[in-house]
Amino acid sequence: MISLDLAVNAVVAGLLLGGFYAAVTVGVTISFGMLDIVNIAHPAFIMLGSFVAYVVNSNFGIDPILIGVVMAPVFFLVGMAVYQIYYYAFEQRGEESIQGLAFFFGLLFVGEVALILVFGVDYRFVEAPYIGLSLHLGVVDLPLRMLIPCLVSLLMLAVLQLFLGRTFIGRAILAVSQDRLALQLMAANPSTIKRIAFGISIATASVAGALLIIIQPVEPSIGRDYIGRIFAICVLGGMTSFPGMLAGAMLIGVVESITATFYGPSWAPAVAFGFLLLTLAVRPAGILGR
Amino acid sequence: MRAAKFWGVSFLVAAALLVLTRGFFTNEYFFFAGYVVLQYIVLSTAWNILGGYTGYTNFGVGAFFAVGAYSSVVLHKLTSLPVPVMIVVGGLMSGILGFGMGYLTLRLKGVFFAIATLALAIVAQTFIVNWDYVGGSRGVYVIRPQQAPLYGSYIQYLYSLMLVLAWVSVAIARTIERSRLGLGFNAIRDDEAAAEAGGVPTLRLKLISTTLSGALMGMAGAPLPYYVTYLDPASSFNLSYAVNSVAMPLIGGMTSWIGPVIGAVLLGTIQQLATVTISSALNLLIVGVLLVAFVIIAPNGIVGLVQARRRARLR
Repeated sequence: MISLDLAVNAVVAGLLLGGFYAAVTVGVTISFGMLDIVNIAHPAFIMLGSFVAYVVNSNFGIDPILIGVVMAPVFFLVGMAVYQIYYYAFEQRGEESIQGLAFFFGLLFVGEVALILVFGVDYRFVEAPYIGLSLHLGVVDLPLRMLIPCLVSLLMLAVLQLFLGRTFIGRAILAVSQDRLALQLMAANPSTIKRIAFGISIATASVAGALLIIIQPVEPSIGRDYIGRIFAICVLGGMTSFPGMLAGAMLIGVVESITATFYGPSWAPAVAFGFLLLTLAVRPAGILGR
Repeated sequence: MRAAKFWGVSFLVAAALLVLTRGFFTNEYFFFAGYVVLQYIVLSTAWNILGGYTGYTNFGVGAFFAVGAYSSVVLHKLTSLPVPVMIVVGGLMSGILGFGMGYLTLRLKGVFFAIATLALAIVAQTFIVNWDYVGGSRGVYVIRPQQAPLYGSYIQYLYSLMLVLAWVSVAIARTIERSRLGLGFNAIRDDEAAAEAGGVPTLRLKLISTTLSGALMGMAGAPLPYYVTYLDPASSFNLSYAVNSVAMPLIGGMTSWIGPVIGAVLLGTIQQLATVTISSALNLLIVGVLLVAFVIIAPNGIVGLVQARRRARLR
């Protein structure tokens, strides 16, 4: 028997989860969708963000989201450095395909193993006053642990959307994904623009990591589960647009949540990845694709 | 002539390894470690058929490997077939999976193919986790037969099987490399559209490549349940199989059959030594760091370095 209350709650939980997934994916939408850099190591940076939040939170009791935002500039610099290596080693030589992919794959693995060596494989969590509370609207439960990450994620998305649409650098980032040469004619250096954009994409991982560790306890290897999810959402959303990506994230969130509610959580990952395989096979341009 | 020489020499090397190691090493541990290195020769050679020759990056190695292993588990529970038959069946199952994956992802190029294979691995793992007959997420115990079919202990028997398998897969890779098939694979890697326009049946060749590569990975996985005696999804689908299978050909060199062999022997041995002397987490870090360092510094691997030096000397 499918009860209506249960179904409504599953959908609402899925939407909240989807909102959070948007924060996880936005970095890849920038790096993969706009810059053509296949950063499969993005989940490793998110894990790093989670563990930074964990370390600071457990020592000083500062709010994890605040930590994520404050650390974002540091992640921005790390991202610029990674891009610089990538640029000299692959883009400049014109060997971006398998070697570039393997570079990020190796980075993902190094990140994960390094975190395991430092923190072990125990699950870690953060403490904040709103974890454990929830709002009740009629039959619908809104746990703050899910609601707040979702809202922060939407806020981050809105800020990035404004930045891309309204500022010179933001427009240049959009331009570099469409026409490098035209950008050069506007007297902007494509590789500088890409460096900044990649820095921003890694900076979002700081915030996303903090949100992740609010939602669930974290151990280093769960980043892997996010690789497929992130790319599924990115491809579903048509790669470059934020609204499309958000729609894809909500869709995956709802589908996963319904699956987990009615068939059990152990089937949830297969659904997201099955979706990805289907999308890639049937409609590679995404649900809102051109 | 060169082909005959290769067959002769490689057969002698394999036979010599088989006989000499059994004579020299009395310590069982050597065979445990040797098995892993040989297994990686098979895996990285298989990966290279698709990745190096045809230019498609497969990150889902764990899926093919584990499907081979789990097909052996099913056979073990249902029948009492000998391990060589299980290897063939495991290869068949993974070959079918490879064919299916190739068919599903025909339209995907480069990066999307790589992501699809990652997704495939997770889907396959989820199915195994939810399949109680083979133990689900709890894993399954496989009891080895008391007596090895050949002279020596059971682990020596598995080691010998893996040695034969390694020889077969390297021979297959080399044969492909020198054949029209290999030429077609390389044409796809260099420019798929141009290959299609030039009359290369890209669709069929890609399917052959994914099937063959998948089948060999499955064969490498088939004896695993007997090697570890306890199999669970988390370890059999482990990402480290994919990382190793990608790292070894990249470090050795992807253009020639010898590249994956060099990479596998080098990395496999280093890892075995590091596991014993330092720690098992650190050896994965070594692989990751070596992979990143090599693709930056020597994108064509050790074979590429040697070739560059030879060319410089000729000049």
